[in-house]
Amino acid sequence: MTPLLELEGVTVTLGGRVVLDGVNLRLADGQFTGLIGSNGAGKTTLLRVALGLLTPQRGRVLIGGQPARRRAELVGYVPQKVELDPDLPLRVADLVGLGLDGHRLGLPMPSRTRAARVAEALEAAGAAHLAGQRAGRLSGGEQQRVMIAHAIVARPRLLLLDEPLANLDLPSAKAIVSVLASVAAERGVGVLISAHDMNPLLPVMDQVAYMADGRLAAGSTGEVIRSEVLSELYGHPVEVIHVRDRVLVVAG
Amino acid sequence: MSPLVTALVVGAVVAAVSGPVGVFMVARGQSFAGHALADAGTTGGAAGYLAGVNVLYGFVAFNLVAAAAMEALGGRRAIARDVATGVVLGASLALTALFLHIETSTATTGATVTVLFGSLFSLAPGTVPVVAALGAVSLALSALLYRPLLLSAVHPDLARARGVHPGLVGAGYLAALSLAVSLSAVTIGAILSTALLVGPAAAALHLVRRPAAAMALASLAALACTLGGVGLAYASYHWPPAGRGWPVSFFVVASVLLVYGASLAARRR
Amino acid sequence: MFSGFMVDTWEAASVVAVVAGLAGFFVVARGSAFAAHALPSGAFAGAAGASLLGVSTTLGLGVFSVAGAAAIAALGRQARRDVAAALAIVAMLATGSLFLALGNGYAGEVDSLLFGQVLGVSSAQVEVTAALGAASLALLVVSWRRVLWSSVLPEAAAARGVSPGAADASFLAVLALVTATAVPVVGALLVFSLLVAPPAAARQLAGRPGSAALLGTALALATVWASVALSYEENLPVGFVVGALGALLYAAARLSAGRRGRARRSGCG
Repeated sequence: MTPLLELEGVTVTLGGRVVLDGVNLRLADGQFTGLIGSNGAGKTTLLRVALGLLTPQRGRVLIGGQPARRRAELVGYVPQKVELDPDLPLRVADLVGLGLDGHRLGLPMPSRTRAARVAEALEAAGAAHLAGQRAGRLSGGEQQRVMIAHAIVARPRLLLLDEPLANLDLPSAKAIVSVLASVAAERGVGVLISAHDMNPLLPVMDQVAYMADGRLAAGSTGEVIRSEVLSELYGHPVEVIHVRDRVLVVAG
Repeated sequence: MSPLVTALVVGAVVAAVSGPVGVFMVARGQSFAGHALADAGTTGGAAGYLAGVNVLYGFVAFNLVAAAAMEALGGRRAIARDVATGVVLGASLALTALFLHIETSTATTGATVTVLFGSLFSLAPGTVPVVAALGAVSLALSALLYRPLLLSAVHPDLARARGVHPGLVGAGYLAALSLAVSLSAVTIGAILSTALLVGPAAAALHLVRRPAAAMALASLAALACTLGGVGLAYASYHWPPAGRGWPVSFFVVASVLLVYGASLAARRR
Repeated sequence: MFSGFMVDTWEAASVVAVVAGLAGFFVVARGSAFAAHALPSGAFAGAAGASLLGVSTTLGLGVFSVAGAAAIAALGRQARRDVAAALAIVAMLATGSLFLALGNGYAGEVDSLLFGQVLGVSSAQVEVTAALGAASLALLVVSWRRVLWSSVLPEAAAARGVSPGAADASFLAVLALVTATAVPVVGALLVFSLLVAPPAAARQLAGRPGSAALLGTALALATVWASVALSYEENLPVGFVVGALGALLYAAARLSAGRRGRARRSGCG
């Protein structure tokens, strides 16, 4: 079967620096993949390549077997560090509606189907109660739910999220992860979520894609989160330590 | 002093002040505020004209009021500041329209145009000490606020953590900007003051990394543009149409745009 | 006040208010007040220059609006947007100053291009205004969702093929059309007031994009109508009344929104 997302030998050089170095990654429908790595490891670049916003110097990027740029309608995206103007006259429902048809020409026409799609997306993201609020005046966790509704309202098959858990406290992060896990399970959406801390994702990840210095190792957590694998990836010895139900990666 | 010497001295002072004040202005994203202050100053100029006081005092006074209004309405977020600047600018332009309407003599449009486009060659030699003094105050204020300004440009909370109030620092900087804008707008015109504050500073920020170096480079570039512009304008009295002369502001702005274009090309390489 | 030649005035002024009020929604949402100031002022310089050189002012206005919008869009990809607007406005004004210097004598039209000539609109002018206004409106409606999405969430919009550059170009094209529509009727300074103050007041009061845009348009219409009436009855300059009413509307909206905000907070405990 054709994988939903396929990166093969993807290499990206930005300003003379190799940001992605022959990266391979496959993602199937409904599969929940955590893209883990420290700042500067290449996570955002990988997501931009998958979105078709950045063309790699070498390698292939396919979505549903076709070049990524042509399959934008299959992808939902939650960008990093969204900052909304608190005074902007835009309710949550209006914002989510833009995710449905913001790329079309003309005025948004109110219709029952459109309202139903927006309500359904908000419901799935656990944000139905926020529909009438000003989008710029939400808390961090509320805003992240709304951004997820905005990303899934067009019913994408693949959902890409750039550090959606950053700046959230642990309960909010857990709530967002469980929303995403149910989107993956119930709608069969492939989820690729970047994070610098894998722990909140451990209970739900089907696959982990671990990045260091532009290189990537992918597999089940048991296969990848091991001292030998990560030491080879980093190019120097690191140790994987299990403390109760948490995993820590430390320089050895 | 001959008109040419006066023009060169005033131009040099304005250029020297424009470097440091302009680098902070571009780095803080306050180019609109700087330009709005120059335009708003014309209101004070028109009021001074009506009241029969020196236009420069009208300029400075109205500029400081406008800067205070922008700071009070604006707050911290970029869009709110943009709107506040726009509303203050709109209100002051309205007053300009009123003052010019009251002063119905035909000379006023000429006054507006002089204020907009400036006329380095018609400066009275007596302006030189006033310009030098205001320029010195503006530079001293920038030097005093140098480190807090950089700190709050990096992040306002960093400044707050060190006991620096970003609002106060911002207000102090706007005062320095108001003075710089007043003195340059009243001597060389509002467009030239914007051009000299924005262009060389933005170009310098493309080329060097250290803020102090950017300020020095911006001052040098502004000086070169001003001197070149004055020289070309002086020479243009012999160009067609004979004896009319091309405007200084045209040559200065053209040099500023060339410098900026060159900095873009240099950055790309 | 409602008879004879004044009908043309009411019609042209209403068209201008509608397009400026609607386009102003994006001026405020995108924090683009500087561009909204730069295009009309720069285009004024082009029109004034054209009239002095004996070329059609409409042509000068059109060429400068389009060139200015293109310059801001192109520079905006290289530099900060406020720097782009600043460089564009000084380039246009400097070119205008060259025309002023090279042209012959002084045309009274310059004043009306700056401050408006609302009471002297001709029937032919109304037709041009209506046609240009319809074009602005059409472009605004067609690009509405894309520009809105790109203003709120630029990266998410880019992922679906709405690039920030394309959205910026659409917005600036609307602004160029509004400039060409409005400057001959209400003058460069007043267009800016209409583009900023009524929409900025509306966003304090309305909660949805559509209602904010419509409320902004209604406020712009009320401002323009009141200004035409006051300038007819009291012989006040239109530019003053529009600017002053705009600032008052904004202040009133801020106060009212602030009071409701406090009431809501204290209601929640």
